[in-house]
Amino acid sequence: MSAPSVDLAPPSTPTSPPSPVRPSAEPLWTHGHGGSGPFGDRVYRVVIAACALFIPLLLVLLAVVVVRAAWPAVQAHGGDLLFGRTWDVAHGRFGALPAVAGTLLSSLLALFIATPLALGVAIFVVELAPMRLRALVSFLVDLLAAIPSVVYGLWGLFVLVPILRSSVMPGLERTLGFLPIFRGPAYGTSLLAAGLVLAIMILPYIASVSREVLAAVPRAQREAALALGATRFEVIRDAVLPYARSGLVGGVMLGLGRALGETMAVTMVIGNRHAIPSSLFDPAYTMAALLANEFGEASNNDHLSALMAVAGLLLVITLVVNMLARWLVWRVRRVGESA
Amino acid sequence: MSSEIALAGARAVRDAQRLRTVHARRRVGALLTVLTWCAAVLAVIPLLAILVHLLVGGASALSFDLFTKMPSPPGVAGGGMANAIVGTMILVGIASLFGVPVGVGAGLFLAERGGTRLAEVVRFVADVLSGLPSIVLGIFAWELIVRPSGHFSALAGGVALGLLIIPLVTRATEEMVKLVPTPLVESALALGFPRWRTSLVIVLRTAMPGIVTAALVAIARAAGETAPLLFTAFGNAYWSIDPTKPIAALPLQIFAYALSPYDDWRAKAWAGALVLLLLITLMSLLARSVLRARQSLMRGMAPRAEDLDD
Repeated sequence: MSAPSVDLAPPSTPTSPPSPVRPSAEPLWTHGHGGSGPFGDRVYRVVIAACALFIPLLLVLLAVVVVRAAWPAVQAHGGDLLFGRTWDVAHGRFGALPAVAGTLLSSLLALFIATPLALGVAIFVVELAPMRLRALVSFLVDLLAAIPSVVYGLWGLFVLVPILRSSVMPGLERTLGFLPIFRGPAYGTSLLAAGLVLAIMILPYIASVSREVLAAVPRAQREAALALGATRFEVIRDAVLPYARSGLVGGVMLGLGRALGETMAVTMVIGNRHAIPSSLFDPAYTMAALLANEFGEASNNDHLSALMAVAGLLLVITLVVNMLARWLVWRVRRVGESA
Repeated sequence: MSSEIALAGARAVRDAQRLRTVHARRRVGALLTVLTWCAAVLAVIPLLAILVHLLVGGASALSFDLFTKMPSPPGVAGGGMANAIVGTMILVGIASLFGVPVGVGAGLFLAERGGTRLAEVVRFVADVLSGLPSIVLGIFAWELIVRPSGHFSALAGGVALGLLIIPLVTRATEEMVKLVPTPLVESALALGFPRWRTSLVIVLRTAMPGIVTAALVAIARAAGETAPLLFTAFGNAYWSIDPTKPIAALPLQIFAYALSPYDDWRAKAWAGALVLLLLITLMSLLARSVLRARQSLMRGMAPRAEDLDD
């Protein structure tokens, strides 16, 4: 590589020194390291781009595979899948409405219980707790997220459900029995049990997102309110919470997404009955539990395809909830970063 | 934002006009403080309850046999879940073999091409994927591997778990790679390292402890997953380490034992849950110690990186 391949110097001036800039695209030093310079870079770029592309591709593939497998059932049963109340495999009836209703009701119940607690924990940790307690409480609440779903189910089935059956349910019926949602035979395994277990399971997710979002509220926001004479509570109510609102909603939605798709723990405590519950004490069903119980032993193609349709519906619902949640959280973080 | 502050001011004025004393306002504040304390206590109670019940329920059935013996039929004393423990490790191994490299590659992409439209899409989809129900991943792996091959297999279970950890590893790798000091990268480039060698040898090496930590956390989560394994790994009452055959897994075993009508199996479900939690704790502790090593490494590096700037 001693002679430049493209000589820009006019040939009529042989005295001009050779150009110090090597025109070759390949730098000399790469040979010393045994690399192949731009070629290696190209390979590297293609490989990491392929890894990155795999992620959106996976989502598309997931949707395509599930929809394709569900298609026969959608064609055969149509609206009955979504609005039918009878799930009878032997007679080819696949109405998933009880499972859809159970999924929504158990998740909403869980949100209803977990949201105030999680927001309380987040406010406690970010705004009010003594410094020493902050890390400890965060750590303990985060630990809840590390416990496997099946362990929650085990605990729910053998500890929580007996307590509900023997004391909580009779107690609720005695005191609040005038409300129809607190009536009925106390089986233990019920919508209430599922809602409680789900609430514990989604609490750490809502709490950690809320914590992040509250911490992202600029100091100036708090200081401005303090300067106007607000008390600590008024600072939180009037300056911090409104600022963080959409992110907090995002955190709650993220929890909702978790609750909707949670499978094992719910399967173990909800009672698995194909009926729309009219009381919190009634056993119910969820879409994920339906899949867990029946998918492995689906007897025929019709059944399998109907279950795929349920999976597809679950996928669509959780996808929408998660996208909305991420968008809301992302919006607050972006504003927080630019402030 | 300023309108909210103005609103706060207006409320303060209004409260003052209503002759609400600072005292009354402080009392409301004190009430809130008490309520958040209650929330914190209430949130921690279930954790303690679960841990106590696990220790009480599991410790009695916990024995050396649990780790070395095969499951025994109901009513037969003794027996363990050696096959399930090994099965979980094999499943997790397959998952990491496939999930960690893809996740790290995607994380590198996000860190290096962070601003592009594609990166934003990938980041968003990764976040959304990590929130999807894990049972759907199991169904996906079933349709992709189990149905065409005609039988359940450890491979299908491993792939389902691998898909689960990819988004987690991706996002964590991105965060860790972003923390690598720029002067370090620049000096590598200045020394004539090509881009790819800089990334693999300098950037990845520096970020490695953080990535290992993130991978361990993701793997610990995968180890506790049951739903993706129901129709893929399926479970196996016998000893099997063949990736093309159904394989036992600790969470599946706990599920089966918990729903069984036999008291001694239920006791084993508690013991299994305790073992599973110990396994997960072990991984998390390992992850933490790796992270601590990384922090001291970074501390040692930071001043030198600053010196380079001068």
